[in-house]
Amino acid sequence: MTALLEVRNLRVEFPSRRGTLLALDDISFSIQAGEILGVVGESGAGKSLTGAAIIGLLEPPGRIAGGQILLQGQRIDNLPYEQMRAIRGRRIGAIFQDPLTSLNPLYTVGRQLVETIQTHLKVGAEEARQRALKLLQETGIPAPEARLDQYPHQFSGGMRQRVVIALALAAEPQLIVADEPTTALDVSIQAQIIRLLRGLCKDHGAAMMLVTHDMGVIAETCDQVAVLYAGRVVEIGPVSDVIHSPSHPYTRGLMGSIPAMDEDREELLQIDGAMPRLNAIPAGCAFNPRCPQVLPRCTQQRPELMPAGATRAACWLVPQSAQTPV
Amino acid sequence: MPEVTPSPPASLVPAKPARPLVEVKDLCKTFDVSAPWLNRVVERRPRQFVHAVDGLSFSIPKGSTLALVGESGCGKSTVARLLVGLYAPTRGSVHFDGQATDGSTSAANLRALRRRMQMIFQDPFASLNPRWKVLDIIGEPLREHGLCQDLPSLQARVGELLESVGLAAADSEKFPHQFSGGQRQRISIARALATEPEFLVCDEPTSALDVSVQAQVLNIMKALQRSRGLTYLFISHNLAVVRHVADRVGVMYLGRLVEVADKQQLFSRPLHPYTRMLLDAVPDIHMTGRARTPVQGEVPNPLNPPSGCAFHPRCPLAQARCRQERPNLMQLRGVEVACHAVEEGRD
Amino acid sequence: MTPAPSVTSTAAPSAIARFLDSDIWFSFKSSPMAIVAAVIAALCLFCSLFAPWVSPHNPFDLASLNLSDARLPPAWLEGGSSKYLLGTDDQGRDLLSALFYGARISLLVGLASVAVSLVVGVGLGLLSGFVGGKTDAFIMRVCDVMLSFPSILVALLIDGVGRAIFPQADERLAFGVLIVAISLSGWVQYARTVRGSTLVERNKEYVQAARVVGVAPLRIMFKHVLPNVMGPVLVLATIQVAAAILTEATLSFLGVGVPPTSPSLGTLIRVGNDFLFSGEWWITVFPGLMLVLIALSVNLLGDWLRDALNPRLR
Repeated sequence: MTALLEVRNLRVEFPSRRGTLLALDDISFSIQAGEILGVVGESGAGKSLTGAAIIGLLEPPGRIAGGQILLQGQRIDNLPYEQMRAIRGRRIGAIFQDPLTSLNPLYTVGRQLVETIQTHLKVGAEEARQRALKLLQETGIPAPEARLDQYPHQFSGGMRQRVVIALALAAEPQLIVADEPTTALDVSIQAQIIRLLRGLCKDHGAAMMLVTHDMGVIAETCDQVAVLYAGRVVEIGPVSDVIHSPSHPYTRGLMGSIPAMDEDREELLQIDGAMPRLNAIPAGCAFNPRCPQVLPRCTQQRPELMPAGATRAACWLVPQSAQTPV
Repeated sequence: MPEVTPSPPASLVPAKPARPLVEVKDLCKTFDVSAPWLNRVVERRPRQFVHAVDGLSFSIPKGSTLALVGESGCGKSTVARLLVGLYAPTRGSVHFDGQATDGSTSAANLRALRRRMQMIFQDPFASLNPRWKVLDIIGEPLREHGLCQDLPSLQARVGELLESVGLAAADSEKFPHQFSGGQRQRISIARALATEPEFLVCDEPTSALDVSVQAQVLNIMKALQRSRGLTYLFISHNLAVVRHVADRVGVMYLGRLVEVADKQQLFSRPLHPYTRMLLDAVPDIHMTGRARTPVQGEVPNPLNPPSGCAFHPRCPLAQARCRQERPNLMQLRGVEVACHAVEEGRD
Repeated sequence: MTPAPSVTSTAAPSAIARFLDSDIWFSFKSSPMAIVAAVIAALCLFCSLFAPWVSPHNPFDLASLNLSDARLPPAWLEGGSSKYLLGTDDQGRDLLSALFYGARISLLVGLASVAVSLVVGVGLGLLSGFVGGKTDAFIMRVCDVMLSFPSILVALLIDGVGRAIFPQADERLAFGVLIVAISLSGWVQYARTVRGSTLVERNKEYVQAARVVGVAPLRIMFKHVLPNVMGPVLVLATIQVAAAILTEATLSFLGVGVPPTSPSLGTLIRVGNDFLFSGEWWITVFPGLMLVLIALSVNLLGDWLRDALNPRLR
């Protein structure tokens, strides 16, 4: 079965006056229809860039320098601007972090929804309004008829994010790229939005790529998760396996440093040092200066993603530990 | 208001003063957010006030950590600023080591008192002056309170402080933009420790940091608390972090305290419906399959708070009394909680 | 367990090394316009500062003037002499030298007025933004009032008042009054810009941290906030130098600027104006060109600086 979205060996670079910086280095993953993939990593790891590259909204001078992005088997990374624009609204929907800036403050919510629907779905104004109403209902906004004619500033933060989700779903896209959709929201609203996103994706049969730094959100929403470090995928696999039995030392350190709600620990596991800057990525495995189990090979040769139990990890320790479950 | 007796956790060293280090009584802060005078007259609009903090009372024993949690708009940042003196309370009092921090203490005493409490801010990028060297940033409190007489002793002391938070003494010659977020937050901590305070107010110190960096900073803070006997007021919206650092936890909603309990108690047997809702809403990385009640509604507009108990529109246990009468914080079943349902045994 | 030190291994570089490595220097090196403008401005500045040494003649030494050399055209025209490269005016003064001396006066007045405007404007803007409340409202109203007067009129007014109060004043006082007049019409820009930046910086956490430490508000204003609001001020000052020079030229052209014994470029233009119709165009055109050159190069530098300091454009 062809994957809905396939990313092969994606490379994104930023030419700057101090040389070319490689922000994404050989990223590969795929998402099936109806599946939710989480892309997690710390700041500077390149997860937002991955989302931007897929939607085609890389800010210049950033550019795709290699690899392919295929949507239902068709390449979309090398399309001219107009074609990409048509795809962007119709087949790929986007949800960004800040609902305040994602909506145009000068137009009513109804107008923005109807405009999006009419642009991509070629229906009449009346039918577009009906669809917009239905979308608002689906996203859990009470009294949608009245709300259609209100302006974004009249909605609260959580409500606004629901409108943004409705907008993303308006053209019935096959893929939704969500970049930190719940980070700006309160904890109690976060829970509602996460549940909504997951439900809607399953109902509409859309695939979703969820970019976030919050492992808790990933645990609740995603089927698969890819862990990024310094622009590379270090581990990818089903979500419960990556969280409960990670193979890559970075993933293990990450999981260990997250304080747990249900247990008391005297000290959190900490990974010493910091993620390397783009202009100072070490040779071999990017994590080797901080790795507690570093081998000499790690400083010379960069590891590829290799099967490690139920996940795949880019780590030279893996062939040995694949036999002994973590 | 019933007398509030603090119950210090058993894990503390037995020999400690009976009086808590920080005592807050009926603290209130109201902001006037009315439209300008001309607008009010022309459009006949009433004056508008936000009761950011509405009658807060708690105390913190020496050497322990009290965490204040709540969502946006609950007033916890305002509490932090009230405690260190950035805002003046509209009503109520703050006592530090038995002395009041308002006008009743002389200016000189107040200054000495302020030296003993410091603050760590949330944003590692805005809390350090981008044009100052780290030496001057950390050295400012030392210079201000005359703790170092000349440059060499200042440099030595700043070097010591930097090393105590895991940085190098040579870093004092650099500028903030040369450091990462986690390192800047450590510089903030070093600055806060310069005057050897006893009490630190930490306003979401790790919210802007990545998870692995957060772990480093939290570990440093705990280590410093143990080695120097510090007392913390830790403000956060992240319940998992609070679980890790706090001894006691206070839950705030729309400017009021709804529950204050020992950490174990709060996380295993929360009493107030809002606390339960919060705990249920946190995304669970370990997916323990805990039964969850669905979350309803959103935080109301602080300009127009609900009558009676502020939580009643979202509360599954709300009744007529909740709409009319505001519940007081009272000692029930070993914790302090402000809820009619709990008081009546309806939960 | 003590946290492992994350030592940053490189030592701190010196200030000069930092500057040469900075984005600003790189932006300057890669902008031909900025380099040309800077070179021209530097040349003008050099020639005017060292006018007594650079000029071929001293046009204000009455003893060296030769009336028979009056109204000579520039050297490349018929009738001109290589002794007076750009020709002479009606009193036999060498125009090239007069240009250098004139530019000196113009630049002196221009720079001094900008300096005074800067100090007054930045000071009031800081105070207004930091203290807020009634002080802020009052200062801003004063700004509004000042802006409703055209700057030339303000300068004329103050100049006139000054002359009325001190009719027998010597030259230096006249300069002082002129500088005050020009700076009073220019300080409002600084005040407004700085007030805006101060309002932003005031709420930042490093200011709050200083307050928690117990630093006095005045000290916070000058030591913490001021260094962070100076960026846009520098751009403004560069552009205002050109404006101040032009204002001075206008006033001198109108006859109410610098005293006639120390002619600036404006005075020279006025003097030459009378001879325009008798065909001796060089007496007014060359000072005019010099004025344009100085103003243009300073404006271009200001443009580059504004773009270089704008983080979005980098």
